[in-house]
Amino acid sequence: MSDAPSPAATAPGTPVAPPPGARIIAITSGKGGVGKTFVSANLAAALTRRGLRVLVLDADLGLANLDVVLNLHPKITLHDVFTGKSSLDDAVIAAPGGFSVVLAGSGMVEYSRLTPEVRNQFLSVIQTLAPRFDVILLDTGAGISDVVLFSVSLASEVLIVATPEPTSLTDAYAAIKVLAMQQQRQHIRIVVNQTARPGDGRAITSQLQQVLERFVTTNSGRPLRLIHMGDIPADSAVREAVMRRQLLLLHVPGCPAALAISQLAGKIEEALLTRPA
Amino acid sequence: MRCRRCARCRKPPHRYTRAELTLVPSVPKTAPPLSVDLRDLRLDTAVALLGRGERPPTGTPPAQYLQRLIDGLCDLSLRDPLTGLANRRQFQAVLEREIDRVTRSGEAALLLMLDIDHFKHVNDTYGHPAGDKVLQAVANTLARCVRPMDTLARYGGEEFAVVLPACQAAFGKAVAERIRRTIATTPVRIDSNTELSITISVGGAYALQWIRSTTPLWTDRADHLLYRAKAEGRNRVCIEEQPDSTVSAEEKGMLFGPLYTPSGWGDLSSMNLNDSAH
Repeated sequence: MSDAPSPAATAPGTPVAPPPGARIIAITSGKGGVGKTFVSANLAAALTRRGLRVLVLDADLGLANLDVVLNLHPKITLHDVFTGKSSLDDAVIAAPGGFSVVLAGSGMVEYSRLTPEVRNQFLSVIQTLAPRFDVILLDTGAGISDVVLFSVSLASEVLIVATPEPTSLTDAYAAIKVLAMQQQRQHIRIVVNQTARPGDGRAITSQLQQVLERFVTTNSGRPLRLIHMGDIPADSAVREAVMRRQLLLLHVPGCPAALAISQLAGKIEEALLTRPA
Repeated sequence: MRCRRCARCRKPPHRYTRAELTLVPSVPKTAPPLSVDLRDLRLDTAVALLGRGERPPTGTPPAQYLQRLIDGLCDLSLRDPLTGLANRRQFQAVLEREIDRVTRSGEAALLLMLDIDHFKHVNDTYGHPAGDKVLQAVANTLARCVRPMDTLARYGGEEFAVVLPACQAAFGKAVAERIRRTIATTPVRIDSNTELSITISVGGAYALQWIRSTTPLWTDRADHLLYRAKAEGRNRVCIEEQPDSTVSAEEKGMLFGPLYTPSGWGDLSSMNLNDSAH
């Protein structure tokens, strides 16, 4: 691991200076079970197809399940790296879609409480890996815990996954509110999963934006801007792929949800990775 | 071989069941009272530490006397001798307990770290006995500023800590401000003709239900804010902004109103698509 200096004691979620190298995108949600890990894995595959070097880091330290979605049986996980049993290089595993993953492993339950040691180790893992990739997706846990806030704080961009259900919207709103107030974010990107018809996601984003403008004042005084990145339509192929533990983009690349994820990847590349000449 | 528990009966040796085994270390209620001769115990140091009379007052049962001694020693081991406040050991225990309580009850708790400004100057100019007087005076003033349920501790040197259970975000800043103001407006008399005006800097951090904090992280955060208060010029309060993750009924109403008709879950038919085109 790198000899990164330990970060100063900060409130959980106070942004730390982003490590150089890859663009780091945190994928999070207020509520669990909205398809965060599904989106992370398939978005990674879609970005890989566009020629980018992509890493997905399982940042859900307590309840990691990226390995389940990708049907991987890792021998070496972040847990081994944190305990010094393995080197970080050995924990970087090739995933089916052509991208790399670092899995948290089930032994990480003990890390679901964020101690300064875990924080420093996590930071050092990201600092070491960042120069080797173009994009790092942080698949965070659901909800608003200090582990989630900390991993989100390492990312330059936040992508919230929500579904049109009222519970998911309420929790997404709560998460956005906390991120706006605590991390002084200027914007947060949002993708709406399992939409019933075109336009649902845009309407939901605009509604969230209006409530934010009315109720949330940020330190800068400017309201946080939500950027709608697209919808992923409800699609029976998604359920099948998840049950078979396959990547949707590899096995049913032509289905509506897969096409939507490819489009999302294009939008992300355009927004984040195309630097002005 | 007979049962050892009851020497007179003729039962075979008694086999302890698992439940009985776990009871062995505690004294069974039916056991005859243990008699201890106080003369067999080395109590001199304990008695001297507590500053009590050499002998147990006549008429006090030995058990009661011993209990009083033990209670006194426990109290002694949890207090700072100079100021009488909780010491580091008790502070740590209170903090651990408070984190557990926050997790269960959901009520936020506030930790304040306070540091006397330019204390070294007091020691260097007026001597250490004067410094001690300042520490005691500040401790007394602090004790008058907080609720009985709050824990005041001497964290070390001229640094103090206050743990405020069930402290809502809206009140934390007011409490800390009141403490700072009271200290600043209460001069400390160190001898018959010298009065010192003392100020403190205060940093504060919350333990929140969703933060799942740990004691080192919580104190770290509060300490960080204390340093900020110092850096910003001392005699001031810096409290961590507490992001509010609750969603009020009003917010929910506005969030759902246009999106869902009362006809039920997921019905987006009343959505105003024109409104959203931006």
